[in-house]
Amino acid sequence: MRAPVLTFTPNGIYCPAGDFHIDPWGRVDRALITHGHSDHARAGHARYLATAAAAPVIRHRLGAIELDTIAYGERRRIGDATVSFHPAGHVPGSAQIRVEVGGEVCVASGDYKTEPDGLCEPFEPVRCHSFITESTFGLPVFRWRPQAEVAAELNQWWRDCAQAGVTPLLGAYSFGKAQRLLAMLDPAIGPILTHGAVENTNAVLRAQGLRLPETVQVTPETRATDHPGALVLAPPSALGSTWVRRFGAVSTGFASGWMQLRGIRRRRSVDRGFVVSDHADWDGLNAAIAATGAENVFVTHGYTEIFSRWLTERGLNAGIVKTEFRGEAAEDDAA
Amino acid sequence: MKRFARLYAEIDATTRTSRKVAALAAYFREAPEPDRLWTVALFSGRRPRRAVTATRLREWAAERASLPLWLVEEAHPVVGDLAETIALILPPPEGDEDETLAHWIDVLRDAAKAPEEERKATVLAAWAQMDMARRFLFNKLITGSFRVGVSRKLMTRALAEATGRDEAGLTHRLMGDWTPDTVTWHSLIEAEDPVADASRPYPFCLAHALEAGPDSLGDPADWRAEWKWDGIRGQLILRGGAWHLWSRGEELISDAFPEFARAADFLPEGTVIDGEVLAWDGTAPLPFAALQKRIGRKQVPKSVLAQAPALMIAYDLLEWQGEDLRAVPFAERRAQLDTLLAPLPGDAPILPSPPLAFDSWEGLAAQRATARDRRAEGLMLKRADSPYHAGRKRGDWWKWKLDPFTIDAVMIYAQAGSGRRANLYTDFTFAVWDGNALVPFTKAYSGLSDDEFRQITAWVGRNTQQRFGPVRQVVPEHVFEIAFEGIQASPRHKSGVALRFPRMARWRKDKPVQEANTLADLKAMLAAYG
Repeated sequence: MRAPVLTFTPNGIYCPAGDFHIDPWGRVDRALITHGHSDHARAGHARYLATAAAAPVIRHRLGAIELDTIAYGERRRIGDATVSFHPAGHVPGSAQIRVEVGGEVCVASGDYKTEPDGLCEPFEPVRCHSFITESTFGLPVFRWRPQAEVAAELNQWWRDCAQAGVTPLLGAYSFGKAQRLLAMLDPAIGPILTHGAVENTNAVLRAQGLRLPETVQVTPETRATDHPGALVLAPPSALGSTWVRRFGAVSTGFASGWMQLRGIRRRRSVDRGFVVSDHADWDGLNAAIAATGAENVFVTHGYTEIFSRWLTERGLNAGIVKTEFRGEAAEDDAA
Repeated sequence: MKRFARLYAEIDATTRTSRKVAALAAYFREAPEPDRLWTVALFSGRRPRRAVTATRLREWAAERASLPLWLVEEAHPVVGDLAETIALILPPPEGDEDETLAHWIDVLRDAAKAPEEERKATVLAAWAQMDMARRFLFNKLITGSFRVGVSRKLMTRALAEATGRDEAGLTHRLMGDWTPDTVTWHSLIEAEDPVADASRPYPFCLAHALEAGPDSLGDPADWRAEWKWDGIRGQLILRGGAWHLWSRGEELISDAFPEFARAADFLPEGTVIDGEVLAWDGTAPLPFAALQKRIGRKQVPKSVLAQAPALMIAYDLLEWQGEDLRAVPFAERRAQLDTLLAPLPGDAPILPSPPLAFDSWEGLAAQRATARDRRAEGLMLKRADSPYHAGRKRGDWWKWKLDPFTIDAVMIYAQAGSGRRANLYTDFTFAVWDGNALVPFTKAYSGLSDDEFRQITAWVGRNTQQRFGPVRQVVPEHVFEIAFEGIQASPRHKSGVALRFPRMARWRKDKPVQEANTLADLKAMLAAYG
């Protein structure tokens, strides 16, 4: 039997033919990175390879690293393997990594989302023999409504708040979700104020040519009265902190795929939960897997046991792989 | 159902009580009468008889969604609510109903009498005409317990706001065993001289826990003290030639306690007594477990009556000679109660709660310290001039319980919670050492902060040894201090003991697993206090 294209080692996903890892959590010599979230792009590797679009955020987060870049679709030879990066639709610059060894093709998809969001490079299905998939929302209770509907809901909340004289305070992770929400918000309603953590990432993305609506960074001098009708975008951790005091009466909102579930929404104890995720929903996962034509599917983080059983019943060779990827956490404020 | 769904969405979209009340009040002003009445009924714990079992509902939903049943069953604990799970998995609606809430309740009640195939058709047709929000509510009507962030108190406050009526008066009107079929909006809420249901209890006056001790309460002379018993708080009502016993949970429990029929022999018509129902061994209460054998019974076998005879320790007199005494100061009500009970024979099933004499808080504290020897939970403090409030009002009544028993135990199994705690491991089984073995002895669900539950949940994910359905066996590594109110022998439990009100007092991160308590420690507690 031939050696598999990709194997699963204590350091992470490994390609023996090319002697490289994909999104490793242990320290390695050569790391191919799908995207800049902290559970996929970690510090401490000797050499990195990522898409040119992902590189600025990775550099911003990891500092001075030896990072080589590659364009989407460009094929590159590493040892006996040929690799190429393809849009994953998760966050700007995110990629699925295709690895081919002797005609056998394996795709590690990292995190992905199938619905185009108008911000990041739309997901591109890649034909392969083996597909490594996440299953963060791998249950049929997770089905996202079209982004336009959620955007309308979000903007209506903003308008209602503006009318009632309260400040809408929207919690979102500073890389990815925050910019996605920016793209969904209607700047005609009022000014958008941002927390420093969000604004830092905005600056990095704007510098690489991403178009985002105008934002105003909140400083110690910022007062709500100077920005009537404003919406505030901040990391979730800021929502419960003293940082919000300067805005007076607020209405809190949180955007996450988990907001689909009432119990989790209530536990967050925010006024409004908006179902917005950068991960594929149930239909998205199933459609993506079908589009690859893969016979073998390795399920990483999320509802791995349930989702792999479902795939097995559908006639695929599905297995579970234990990784240290987290996906969109229901509880902590990481990623 | 659209209007009701809108109300629900408004309530659910805010964490602020004032907004919930405003949304409910607006609904009570505008909704058609049958819908209003049903909304009051639903938010006060009444619901139509179950038309479909949860099993069938799950099967039909899986079939409609073209999903295997096991997948729906796996999704349920993640969501934490079956009604919601089903609403989420069904395919998009094909139509858009525009019927009233009362209409759908009638549909369900008709379906309850129909053969199964017809029931199924009814439910599927309803799902096909509703969006996610309405499906969820429709499913809730079937599966029961309408807990949607609206307490009965909050609902009553909104009702008061909408009708301009006094909240306490409304609280009383809503007590008892009415249903939307037996009342009208007018008779329930508005009628000046309601044909009062002779069995209707008064809203119970409840106490807050005295956390810091009684020093802040002022002059001891202004207060009365008595034992706090661990039984079933109840109201004994003698009106219209009949007697009724209500529990604090507003259940009519007369059938389970036939002893009280004799009360009518001694007490006059128009009497309502508030007290504690206890199983009694002649001089002291029996453990709560003895009382548990009575709960939910329509008929009580002679053997149980003989083993655990019940009696009421009377705390308060709420009605006398047909007159509502609740506004009268406690000291006077209590004196009247004593006068009423004094002539009763020694074997009557009702005794006055013995008042405790004290002239200083220190003196009272010393008496409290002996509560356990009397099988009491601690003390009740009542201001001598206080009225009998409706519900839990801070200031006039305090419960001053003993510190609980505690034991350090090892967590060995974890299970996810439901509702607000779905997806979070919150239900744990604990064990103590018996030699080198860990013997499970109790479960506990509460006492940790959300943050601690999150930490433990992440840990469970990484430290699962084995799965038994929804239950995970975890590495025995964490020690928790378990607090509880009582301990009894129990042949049904492997450990031989059963605890009363166990909960997690503290996560003992400082304690290695070897230093948890032993089965011998538990047995010693049982011998001393069981």
